[in-house]
Amino acid sequence: MTDAIASLGRSSINALAVFGRAFVFLLRLLASLDVVVRRFGLTMVQIYSVGVRSLVIIVVAGLFVGMVLAYQAYITLVNFGAAEALGGVVALSLVRELGPVVTALLFAGRAGSALTAELGLMKTTEQLSAMEMMAVNPYRRIFAPRFVAGFVSMPLLAAIFSAVGVMGGYLVGVGLLGVDSGAYFSQMQSVTDWNEDVLSGVIKSIVFGFVVTWIAVFQGFNAQPTSEGISRATTQTVVVSSLAVLGLDFILTGLMFGAG
Amino acid sequence: MAEPAVEDSPHIVIENLRFRRGRKMIFDDLSMRIPRGQVTTVMGPSGSGKTTLLRLIGGQLRPDKGRIWVDGQEVAKLSTRRLYALRKRMGMLFQSGALLTDLTVFENVAFPLREHTDLPEDVLHTLVLLKLEAVGLRAARDMDPATLSGGMARRVALARAIALDPDLILYDEPFTGLDPITMGQIVSLIRRTNQSLGLTSVLVSHDVAEAMAISDQVVLIADGRVVDAGPPDELEARASDWSAQFLQGRPDGPVPFHYPGAAYREDLLGHEERRDD
Repeated sequence: MTDAIASLGRSSINALAVFGRAFVFLLRLLASLDVVVRRFGLTMVQIYSVGVRSLVIIVVAGLFVGMVLAYQAYITLVNFGAAEALGGVVALSLVRELGPVVTALLFAGRAGSALTAELGLMKTTEQLSAMEMMAVNPYRRIFAPRFVAGFVSMPLLAAIFSAVGVMGGYLVGVGLLGVDSGAYFSQMQSVTDWNEDVLSGVIKSIVFGFVVTWIAVFQGFNAQPTSEGISRATTQTVVVSSLAVLGLDFILTGLMFGAG
Repeated sequence: MAEPAVEDSPHIVIENLRFRRGRKMIFDDLSMRIPRGQVTTVMGPSGSGKTTLLRLIGGQLRPDKGRIWVDGQEVAKLSTRRLYALRKRMGMLFQSGALLTDLTVFENVAFPLREHTDLPEDVLHTLVLLKLEAVGLRAARDMDPATLSGGMARRVALARAIALDPDLILYDEPFTGLDPITMGQIVSLIRRTNQSLGLTSVLVSHDVAEAMAISDQVVLIADGRVVDAGPPDELEARASDWSAQFLQGRPDGPVPFHYPGAAYREDLLGHEERRDD
């Protein structure tokens, strides 16, 4: 019994310590952000590896999610004779929810895990240490450009996801199920509000991008310098950032739509 | 009080250094002076904190107690800016080489130059080739660090460490895990680098033969303290029991073969008794 309490206490203290380290890490990261302006090239390279290289998975996933969404929504809508509303339903679900959330989950799996593994390996092979000894600050040279790249890429990827999803919905709704093409888009335009829907989705994806990249870069920085440590850190990145995204989504949705 | 940085003053002064990691005491009241312009080797058994010592000198770790001066500056008290300025005059060779894996050999050596200077590309190119020529790897400039052998990686790392023409270079276990030919190359490179660039070299190693052959000064550490120090020949002549065991590689002596614990007999019988219960 006392053992259980002791281990509960120990793991709570450990968790708090990790959280504290993550916060200090974030502060140092934010203090190094001027490097992004001074040496934009470093960030560009990372935007390519984090953002551009995630495009394929985002486009394919967006297409399928849009197509499935159109199928499912059509089945319900047609019962009420409201099949023309399909465009609006697909667009709203994507822009408000599925775009930011699914993109963030895929982003954590594709880019987040890669970031953690890369940084963890750099730490294990003493590359970060060597950089410090060469009087090069790894926060500026390594962490900050990666952090900004994730933060910038995530909203763009979410936007692409939603756009491709709308096209997927169009393929199924108009191409297969026979919804009127004009109605699909005019419904979409009339129900989707710029501030209420599109902007709230963009805000969500910015928050998710921030959190997922923060977790990924921190986990790499904090990894135990062994092969087991890297594998644990990579898993942690995916698990923790996925849960953080889903939890934050609930909170953000509550804040944005709850009061209305 | 800062040590004055005169030409013949020691390059590195360590006074009453205490450092612990968790509960383990690594250094307890360690003091040493490392002379300028010479090769000094710190030797000691595995786990005696030799690499930790280099990290303390480089300011990557802070001592719990005691002080370390490098070039008259107290390392732990420097601001980040001044610490980085000090590190620019300090090269460090990591055991693994620690080359940046996303850059070619050429770019690895060019890295400190690109980060700290605004040299035009053609000057930089010449400088990098000079450094690579010095370690005999000019022709390997387009190779990927992952395809290099251990010895080659260490030579590239040496070229990188001397890229900014430092006046102090720290070697972390430079002889570990090398074949005899590569070992010979590294030994002669360290000696040559020291002579031609007139810099202070600090090695940590437990390879007795190479270290004794190459060093002007040897410092033996064990149990967190300096056990013996001096020029290699003097050290061999007057070695204490411990030093003799270490330098000659005897399996038993002041450092016991057995990890300390309960007596063998007691351990075995105790086990029997428990089984009877």
